[in-house]
Amino acid sequence: MSADAPPVPTTAAATVPPPATGKAAGTSPLRRLLNELTRSTSGFLGLCLVVAILLLSLVGPLVVGTEVPGDASRAWEAPSAQHWLGLEGTGKDTLHLLVIGGRTVLMVGFLAAAITTVIAVAIGSLAGYFGGRFDAAMLQLTDIVMTVPQIVLLAVVGAFYSLDSPMLLGVIIGVLTWPVLMRSIRAQVLSLKEREFVEAAQLLDVGWVRVVFGEIVPNMASYILINFIIAVTNAIYAMVGLYLLGLAPQKGTNWGIMINDAWTKGAMFNPDAVAYIVAPVTMIVLLQLGLILLTRTLEEILNPRLRDR
Amino acid sequence: MTADVPTSAAPPESAAPPGTAAPRRPAASLGHRIYHSFILRRLLRSVFVVWVVASGVFLMVRLLPGNPVDVYINQQIALYGKSYEQAAAEASNFFRFDPSTPIWRQYLDYLGGLLRGDMGSSIATPGVTVMDKIAQYLPWTLYSVGIALLISITVGLILGMIMAYRRGGIIDHAVSIIGSGFHAIPNYLLAILIVVVGAVQLQIIDYTRMRGNVSPGVDAEFSLRFLSDIGYHATLPIITYVLTTVGTWALIMKASTTQVLGEDYVTVAKARGLKESRIQAHYVGRNALLPLIAQIATQAGFIVGGAIFVEQTFSYEGIGLLLFESINTRDYPTIQGVLLVVTITVVLANLAADLINAALDPRIRLGEGGAS
Repeated sequence: MSADAPPVPTTAAATVPPPATGKAAGTSPLRRLLNELTRSTSGFLGLCLVVAILLLSLVGPLVVGTEVPGDASRAWEAPSAQHWLGLEGTGKDTLHLLVIGGRTVLMVGFLAAAITTVIAVAIGSLAGYFGGRFDAAMLQLTDIVMTVPQIVLLAVVGAFYSLDSPMLLGVIIGVLTWPVLMRSIRAQVLSLKEREFVEAAQLLDVGWVRVVFGEIVPNMASYILINFIIAVTNAIYAMVGLYLLGLAPQKGTNWGIMINDAWTKGAMFNPDAVAYIVAPVTMIVLLQLGLILLTRTLEEILNPRLRDR
Repeated sequence: MTADVPTSAAPPESAAPPGTAAPRRPAASLGHRIYHSFILRRLLRSVFVVWVVASGVFLMVRLLPGNPVDVYINQQIALYGKSYEQAAAEASNFFRFDPSTPIWRQYLDYLGGLLRGDMGSSIATPGVTVMDKIAQYLPWTLYSVGIALLISITVGLILGMIMAYRRGGIIDHAVSIIGSGFHAIPNYLLAILIVVVGAVQLQIIDYTRMRGNVSPGVDAEFSLRFLSDIGYHATLPIITYVLTTVGTWALIMKASTTQVLGEDYVTVAKARGLKESRIQAHYVGRNALLPLIAQIATQAGFIVGGAIFVEQTFSYEGIGLLLFESINTRDYPTIQGVLLVVTITVVLANLAADLINAALDPRIRLGEGGAS
């Protein structure tokens, strides 16, 4: 997309400051970002979706409790005023399950994305900064890992190991998915390390740790943020898929397990039970949509080249 | 989304000269030789990747907890009272290596077997080799994913160009919104929604008849009946793949075209009074397409990976469904085989993309030299 660009000004440092609206002058970059984000319709919508789902999934369980009482004699009861989304196969309230089912999805998604991002940033910036053997070896490694379709790899690893906790699942997803991001971080560092401020830091002789992680990495902050959110969507895609196939442990409650349960029990053929399969699907789609809208808008805000032409 | 890969190759070239300028190749037969060595180098790299993955698969089976070879042997002894020798002989047949020989021998035997296209026999369906199974399932995935990719790229690129030419127009906005929406839906959830909404609720899709690859009674032959039948059965997976990827293609193409439209040579072409259609095809289209070719390969890999979910939902008997069933029956030789074959497919797609790229853009051939 930017093959011809000289030192690419995609980072926050090079971003054009927002049009002076008076008070924007002295505020923090985060506040400025939030301002711009809420000014764009899709960005605002994305932010609202993500925040709403976060609130529902993190605060909701505290309100309604994590224990869902079930009455097997009322299995697959149709939606009613008392049970808005009806009851599932063991007589549990679908809406209640929906509220407590988001926590695992979000935690695994964010954990996996955090691991991916940390590894990618560390290895990518060191490889880009030092070059040489380490760089060549890492490029070769990413070449190989990127070739094996990650879903297939995850499914196979999941089959060999018994993944008995969602967190372990998150760790494995994180460890297997960093190479793509590492490549783009490396490319960013390659262009950043030629800049004056890096040279200045090098002249001060503060050591490579300070130069790389104190000078170069902070300049990629916005880029890393965007990629972190993309990593969250990818991790959720992978994890829900594994739950859906039944390749991850079907213990506890989460949206992926709910869909798998509904699918294997044929909920979609039962008119009273359709909500049990459609509701978690909708939640995941809304969450992914929110995250994608957020990244698209952030990209536009932080990379003016995409916006004005 | 991130097409920065070519960028990563360019900077080190410009940065390298101070230290390493001296031992450059003589400039004499430069063009010709570099071109050929690029292809050679690229081929070697592909072989290397396949070899590493094959070795990884070998190690995975040997070293992971609950080594399936030992599990299989113990199972046979416990369940059927076979002798250790007998069980071990069977295991060596299934897994293409004999656990009693030294590990380096096993490894060489395994690689030798792979070279001859021998991946052992399936455990779940005794008497069938892994190779036969894959040959039976893989074509269906290549067929459905291939057609989907073709449709999605063609439609996406056309939409993307229209969007770039009429920025801010209705098509631009509509495709952006709808595209983001469908991109946000994981392909397997779209598959479920198609079944729940289209087949069960609205009853406009005959899901029970469309399952599988072919209708019972239709023979695999080169006839209109067979071709239309397999087309009918592949419809749902293809729709799923196309809907979830076409928006992404449109947006990528829009960005690429927009950038090209701002280039000087387009302005010059307009100033020269060239015909608009010629500018669109030769100046804008070609240059906007170039950076996308590499991404086609990436997408191919992604869709093949996603096939495991989609094929399971639609009971479409492709390689994804084979992998799923093999995992469920713990058919390790088949799992290994599928993993390897899927990797080779993606390696070939990447190789093809790189070679096409290099043929179209000389900068890539030359830039590649220092990077790896």
